[in-house]
Amino acid sequence: MYIRHDDRHQVTLTLNGSERSAHAESRTQLCDFLRHQLGVTGTHVGCEHGVCGACTVIVDGRATRSCLMLAVQAEGRRVETVESLGEMEGLDDLQRAFRDHHALQCGFCTAGILMSCHEFLRRIPDPSEGEVRDMLSGHLCRCTGYTGIVQAVLAVARRRQNHREEEQ
Amino acid sequence: MNSQVSLHDEPRTYIGKRQSRVEDEALLRGLGRYADDLAIPPGTLHAAVVRSPHAHARITRLVVDEALKRPGVRGVLTGEDVKLWASPFPVGVRQSMEHWCLAVDKVRHVGEPVAVVIAEDRYLAEDALEAVEVDYELLTPVVDPEAAADDEAPTLHEDVASNVVNDRHFRYGEPDTAFETAQRTLSLKVRYPRNACTPIECYVVVGQYDPAEGGYDVMANFQGPYALHSVMSRALQVPANRLRLRTPPDSGGSFGIKQGAFPYVVMMALAARKVGAPVKWVEDRLEHLQAASSATNRVTTIEAAFDDQGQVSALRFDQLDDCGAYLRAPEPATTYRMHGNLTGAYAIRHLEVRNRIVLTNKTPTGLNRGFGGPQVYFALERLMQRIAVELEIDPLDVIRRNLVPSDAFPYRCAAGALLDSGDYQRGIELGIEQGGLDELLARRDAARREGRRYGIGYTVAVEPSISNMGYITMAQTPEERRRAGLKNGAVSTATVSVDPMGGVSVHVSSTPQGQGHRTVAAQVVADVLGVSLESIRVDVELDTGKDAWSIASGNYSSRFAGAVAGAVHKAALKIHSRLVSIATQQWKVSAEDILFSEGRVYTQDGAHSISFHRLAGATHWAPGTLPESETGGLRETAFWTPAELTAPDEDERINSSLCYGFIFDYCGVAIDALTGRVEIDRYVTLHDAGRMLNPQLVDGQVRGAFAQAVGAALYEAFHYGPDGSFFSGTLADYLIPTTMEVPDPRILHMETPSPFTPLGAKGVGEGNNMSTPVCIANAVADALGDTVEPGDIELPLTPSKVRTLMGIEEPPRPEGVGEDSTETTAGGGSTLAASDDVEIPASPQRVFDSILDPDTLQAMIPGCHSLELTGENAYRADVTVGVGMIRARFDARVELTDLDPPRSLRLSGAGRSGMGDAEGAARIHLTEIEGGHTRLDYDYEVTIGGKIASVGGRMLSSASKMLIGQIFSRLSHQMSGAKVKRSLWQRIKHRLIDRGGDA
Repeated sequence: MYIRHDDRHQVTLTLNGSERSAHAESRTQLCDFLRHQLGVTGTHVGCEHGVCGACTVIVDGRATRSCLMLAVQAEGRRVETVESLGEMEGLDDLQRAFRDHHALQCGFCTAGILMSCHEFLRRIPDPSEGEVRDMLSGHLCRCTGYTGIVQAVLAVARRRQNHREEEQ
Repeated sequence: MNSQVSLHDEPRTYIGKRQSRVEDEALLRGLGRYADDLAIPPGTLHAAVVRSPHAHARITRLVVDEALKRPGVRGVLTGEDVKLWASPFPVGVRQSMEHWCLAVDKVRHVGEPVAVVIAEDRYLAEDALEAVEVDYELLTPVVDPEAAADDEAPTLHEDVASNVVNDRHFRYGEPDTAFETAQRTLSLKVRYPRNACTPIECYVVVGQYDPAEGGYDVMANFQGPYALHSVMSRALQVPANRLRLRTPPDSGGSFGIKQGAFPYVVMMALAARKVGAPVKWVEDRLEHLQAASSATNRVTTIEAAFDDQGQVSALRFDQLDDCGAYLRAPEPATTYRMHGNLTGAYAIRHLEVRNRIVLTNKTPTGLNRGFGGPQVYFALERLMQRIAVELEIDPLDVIRRNLVPSDAFPYRCAAGALLDSGDYQRGIELGIEQGGLDELLARRDAARREGRRYGIGYTVAVEPSISNMGYITMAQTPEERRRAGLKNGAVSTATVSVDPMGGVSVHVSSTPQGQGHRTVAAQVVADVLGVSLESIRVDVELDTGKDAWSIASGNYSSRFAGAVAGAVHKAALKIHSRLVSIATQQWKVSAEDILFSEGRVYTQDGAHSISFHRLAGATHWAPGTLPESETGGLRETAFWTPAELTAPDEDERINSSLCYGFIFDYCGVAIDALTGRVEIDRYVTLHDAGRMLNPQLVDGQVRGAFAQAVGAALYEAFHYGPDGSFFSGTLADYLIPTTMEVPDPRILHMETPSPFTPLGAKGVGEGNNMSTPVCIANAVADALGDTVEPGDIELPLTPSKVRTLMGIEEPPRPEGVGEDSTETTAGGGSTLAASDDVEIPASPQRVFDSILDPDTLQAMIPGCHSLELTGENAYRADVTVGVGMIRARFDARVELTDLDPPRSLRLSGAGRSGMGDAEGAARIHLTEIEGGHTRLDYDYEVTIGGKIASVGGRMLSSASKMLIGQIFSRLSHQMSGAKVKRSLWQRIKHRLIDRGGDA
């Protein structure tokens, strides 16, 4: 099939649990589609070449650079963005830990970092500091020096681990 | 301390507390409102910018017809439009240079905007970029600042005779006398590279034009200073009230860089006018890295006069600042931001400064966190380390001996800074004790015993904050300043209002970029009015059409804690005093008896009490019941400017900032022998930033600045090719440190409140950007030892650079291989010969005598570890010589023969090493010239054989030329620098007499 760059396609995906649909050109990046077509502006764009990690979202359960994925590739997939985090009363434990450890300043890179951490802790519930730093090395933060972010992730992991032990 | 520290009597529930930020919840939920997230007017078009691929060229033809035919394209803005509707930006020095928001005739750096394509969406606009036809006539680029400063260099701006567009000379105290009478002098030439604190969010601008009013309305994530508002409105040829400039509620970081958005404010305003619709532009990362802004790169020659104990009496700075293709406002501010406090944390009374601003074919420079500080401290603190090495004493002793004494505050520095408060000696002691210096020294010893390269570096710095708007005028002569009208001060503003239901709203014009100003402003107001933090809403959007602002508004020079929080405090006190006057009238009590806390206003004796919202609400609901002095309503705007920020005086002294924090840093680094990677083993940083308003945010600022400084020290630099092409256009080329490279620093605090700010606070956000790069460099210098030329320690100290500095050590001779089996010159040796001359500020007799002095001779030979007398004017020397990556240790014989004092002699040497042999001789002639100086002519011949000879003729030739040149420049340095002490002089005389006797 030959697809022209300005052909428009109807893209339907599951965004944060709800089915959403909008038009995209073949070349439209997923990040632009999410922000400007679907109106979820919490995901930010920092470099458009996959280095800074600010645009990270979760696609079918895996942390993904939304600047390196086309909107049409997300057809039929499950996409989670920062707007999916949180609980009824407000912030979830990971977000609260970020606030308590001063893990953000300007907050521009934070959405992507939260999504990576979210996915990482699902896979690796009891990480070492080295593993956390390794995971975070896919993100650039210019404000914090990373200390608060590392501390926040380790604190959440510990707290969740304690909860699990209490439940057993 | 001064009684001006008006900490007042309000209960301090919030100030000084590690308060979590009110900003965070929205940001963590993805509900921040950054510039690219905001709704735009219907029909908004999108811009993409055509940029120059050349560093220096004349635009000979620009045709947009083809681009206009492309799908969705609605217009193209070119230099012709700009010339019609706008003016060049005003420039801070008196030179006829023109900087327009788009190139009008020439391009002067890669990435310079040439045209703006405006289309229905960004993708379509970018598609059409290639259809804009631009023909260029290439001109010779100048990239290196020293080459650009040469009289023969091609000029960037034809109407200006030289690329050096500003040259100023300053003298404080009696530096010449101090240098003449000093026991020792030492000079160091260093280069500070280009880098930038590059925020993750790039520039965003939405421009609109209103033809009815003839005005522009622009939303941009610009950060100030708002002195630039006048630069923009003048370029747009409208009165300031016809340029409404608005900022979004949230900003994705700036660190000074978003000051550089201002040319795009003008550009997109004109683009909107061109197409008759709003125009939005979002900068991409390549555009940002290549053309947004950069720290100023600097070449500094710094010289100290000092005594044998390391006490420095005078400094000389020769600073050459490379501001890129245009002197973009507020440049040359980089050069003068530190001017008043150029002597750092030291009590050095004699100072001479020469500042030159040079233009090159690179991106224009601008604000960048630390602004001017990293450049100054890199020179000053490297020099202090060199003084310690030269004197063979502890670097900390050199630092301690020169600090401003603890009882001297406020202390007026030689160049005019008034250091407001501090206790530097105590800071050093605290830092040593709490940072664990003893343990770190033990770690160094242990590492070195294991043969590892480990070094410790130290830095002290004063961290200026709250810039004096008058410092920029130091680029002008006193006469020019008088004619232009003296400038000074730093006006901050804040507004506090209470609504009819008692809700408190605060507005500040500090355009925060992530620092948490909303939180701290709320803390300040909550304490003054005795209400909860949650009940206060702080608005930080700035709309020049509606809000209180002044030229010093904006987010720069770490002015929030000292100046803006002070203005917030002042505005809250005005509300407080109005409410007190209402309560005293109603209750017939005296003002001192009235307290505000927990949402109530009451008398100390409990007789009267009213809720805050009832009392404040009365100003809206029942103004008739209030004292006559009450006007009704409750809203107060405070403007605050400190009296200490005066204009430069007739002697060119300038208090360039209001506050000066103190920083003492030290660190241990280990160098990987294989890769040259510098690993930070521990970093200790002590800060005295006056009173801390929110220690959690203070630590956050320190950590953030530290991480950026690690980048500047070890990884980050904007690289240019010799033709001005730009090599650092992606984040895979411009290396920002990640979690794997940034260790957690040990942060220590002390608090000596500033007597000059309302809350006793000083700025703290930029300190580590200033202190950390040089501290790491000093540690690397300590680790590499004296085999490395001090001036070769250049940032960033990347693995490859450090590995090159380390060189390849000569491997041990394999077992069973005798000395005689070493390759000799027979195996393809090469012979090199050349001649040169050098001028030495001493008489031929003194020069001659000095060469015969073994101490001088040893100091003359680069890499000489020891020199042992073996006969009359004959020595055995242990010398390390490096050619390229090869480094060889020679066992050499050195002889001085054919002595004809004081006219000529012959210096010869021969040595062998595992890497090859070398043999050479230089014939030296001394001629007396003007001023009692000596011209030393030399011609030499060197023969090299063995592995070293395989390096290649051209490299060998330049290496030997450099090496021989170094011998004589070191002699010159010895003669002009470290004075020959009397005892040594007498020794030489004795030796001469002895020799005379022998003859």
